Amino acid sequence: MKQLLAFLAGPGLIAALLIFSCGLTFRLVRYFRGLDWRLDRVAYRPQMSAGMAGGLHSIFRWLLPYGTHGWRSYPLLTLCFFLFHAGLVLLPLFLPGHTVVLEQTVGFSPPSLPQFAGDALTALSLFGGFFLLLRRIALPETRLLGTFGDYALSALVLLVLASGLLARMQATNYDLWLLLHIAAGELTLILAPFTKLSHMVLFFAARWQLGADYAVKRGGHRRGPCFPW
Amino acid sequence: MPEGKFCNKKPITTEEDLKALLADKGGKQYYEEMAELEVDTQKLRDALRRTCASRTLTWLEICARCGMCAESCFLYMVNDRDPEQVPAFKIQSTLGEIVRRKGNVDNSFMRRAMEYAWARCTCCNRCGMFCPNGIDTGVMFSYLRGLLYAQGFVPWELKIGAGMHRVYHAQMDVTTDDWLETCEWMVEENREIWPGLDIPVNRQNADIMYTLNAREPKHYPEDVAEAAILFHLAGENWTVPSEGWEQTSLAMFAGDWEACKISVENVYAAIERLKPKRVIGTECGHAHRATVVEGPYWAGRPDGKPPAEYIHYVEWVAEALRTGKLKIDPDKKIREKVTLQDSCNYVRNHGLARYTREIMGYIVEEGCFVEMTPNREYNYCCGGGGGFNGIGLFRAQRNQALKAKRDQIVATKATLVIAPCHNCWDAIRDMEEEYKLGIRWSFLKPLLVSMVLVPEHLGG
Ligand code: HEM
Ligand code: HEM
Ligand code: SF4
Ligand code: SF4
Ligand code: SF4
Repeated sequence: MKQLLAFLAGPGLIAALLIFSCGLTFRLVRYFRGLDWRLDRVAYRPQMSAGMAGGLHSIFRWLLPYGTHGWRSYPLLTLCFFLFHAGLVLLPLFLPGHTVVLEQTVGFSPPSLPQFAGDALTALSLFGGFFLLLRRIALPETRLLGTFGDYALSALVLLVLASGLLARMQATNYDLWLLLHIAAGELTLILAPFTKLSHMVLFFAARWQLGADYAVKRGGHRRGPCFPW
Repeated sequence: MPEGKFCNKKPITTEEDLKALLADKGGKQYYEEMAELEVDTQKLRDALRRTCASRTLTWLEICARCGMCAESCFLYMVNDRDPEQVPAFKIQSTLGEIVRRKGNVDNSFMRRAMEYAWARCTCCNRCGMFCPNGIDTGVMFSYLRGLLYAQGFVPWELKIGAGMHRVYHAQMDVTTDDWLETCEWMVEENREIWPGLDIPVNRQNADIMYTLNAREPKHYPEDVAEAAILFHLAGENWTVPSEGWEQTSLAMFAGDWEACKISVENVYAAIERLKPKRVIGTECGHAHRATVVEGPYWAGRPDGKPPAEYIHYVEWVAEALRTGKLKIDPDKKIREKVTLQDSCNYVRNHGLARYTREIMGYIVEEGCFVEMTPNREYNYCCGGGGGFNGIGLFRAQRNQALKAKRDQIVATKATLVIAPCHNCWDAIRDMEEEYKLGIRWSFLKPLLVSMVLVPEHLGG
């Protein structure tokens, strides 16, 4: 087990990070290269500055909790979404446990959060994610929409959070939880470019596109300074 | 039987075929044939390979299936929150499936997809404003319509509509002669009351070229007269083209992109020929979408703009009132409770909400104008958009769909609804017929004609 752990925390991690970053970069590049002014019917290039302003505004507004009509119309979902994602975005990079591993394996790391902040983020993130999963099961519309993949990915991400927490609490079977955590964490990284987890970059792409679409073609300056997201 | 006599993969291109299809009343035989129509899966796969690119594929892939688009869709709301009316479900189970199966779908799949594409979505684009991932389901439905049309799975009326554009360059059988005669007739009819009234045809380098909806000369010629009267009173130097005056596009509703291109190029050719300073389109939502918003792309114009500045009628009216070209008689302002229908096609999809609000400020007495809730960009579709109004097969679904707008109107307690859009106007007319609300509805033109001050030099 120790050997397996060492492998996963060493070469395994490097491989996972490479697949993750190259894969997602590739997806992002392919997205933008695939935009086609004729097929999409949006004059991206000739009206780039308007498009850029509209696109960035659309991303920015949707990153603010309750910043849009959409977020405001589902208050509880929005709360849980932001709790869940705050953890998912901040923890992998800034958690003390992670920065130590990154320092060892990759050679450098971002500054780390205080331990209590990590714990709190973890708990809130788990809470948010758990609620999202419950909601998915409880509502008729999301039950109809959901695919096996949706449940599997949600479960995987929740497993990463929960096993990390259990390892951190030094629960009995520390090694087992840690092993599970690292394996699931790396699986998440590896799957990201190939599943809808790619939304972690394609969200920005698609949001940019729709914002640009409204700014370039569907009204733009006639509407006023920006689209009322 | 793969290809039917009426229901097949070929567009209508001759008057003869058009008349034959029209003679199949209600599309009886047409729909019978559709039940047997084969899907050309190879052609479908090729179409996907050519036209289903990054934007659409990403939309389909990253949908979180979170259901945040559910309540945004009026069709979900008026159908008792039927989960099968959630935009994400509607598109994933049609276009999404076609893409995942690489075009390998059968006849019954396509007929179901047709029902979804034309009776469960009006392409109003409202849901796209509520999706955190920026997924615009209305745009995808429009794309799906194109795939279905190319395979012959399109409602009878829209196959005819697209054929009309191909044969007559208009959504109805209005020929150039019919059109010019209507202009002359309207001038004669109104000259006595409006001395000097004229509809200048094919005048070069005018300030304004006016384009319209074929329904106007065909069924509502007084609308043409009212447009002329208002331009006359405003002292505009304007003209209409003898060819290229028809601005609408049922072909867009049908998903017949080739016919869309033919129609819009016809209008743009008139612009190139007459070289007006700018073009003004009538009070129609989808016509504006077709010639100003989407049209430049169909015509292959890389800057995404028509050949000359092209504005909607409401933009011109707002400007004419602002600059004093048209003045309203203060005694004739509207004094009853009045509300305004925001057409998705030029409000959500072209940002013109503030122009109609500006107009209300001039023509309605203070305190009498009531907004619907929600409004502007967030308005609901009238219930009959995207061709829904005209499809007999889906009449029951359309009548159900009208309920969202009905309830919005009733909540305002207004007795008059201003609807500067042909489609919305029709939907509200049908709503009154179906649900007896006791309301009136109107375009802007007749209201304006009844309230403008006539300048002294024109006999006022
Ligand atoms: C998607 C990726 C990941 C997420 C969301 C994640 C999340 C977490 C969370 C929530 C904790 C518990 C923190 C606390 O309660 O304060 C944790 C701990 C930890 N994680 Fe991860 N993790 C991920 C990937 C990884 C990977 C790939 C590795 C290793 C190579 C790793 C190594 C650790 C370690 C060593 C700890 C600390 C355990 C301890 O305190 O003893 N994590 N992680
Ligand atoms: C900045 C980065 C990210 C953005 C902007 C983002 C955005 C979104 C959006 C808009 C949704 C759908 C909304 C909803 O469910 O209410 C979503 C769902 C989801 N995201 Fe992210 N995401 C990001 C990063 C991540 C990461 C890093 C992970 C996992 C490691 C992740 C996992 C998930 C999961 C599992 C769901 C589905 C939740 C459900 O069951 O409804 N996201 N994300
Ligand atoms: S709101 Fe967007 S991401 Fe969520 S289900 Fe609807 S289309 Fe999919
Ligand atoms: S575009 Fe409009 S009608 Fe179509 S699914 Fe979206 S909200 Fe519903
Ligand atoms: S008919 Fe009017 S309200 Fe309905 S979709 Fe078209 S523009 Fe929108």
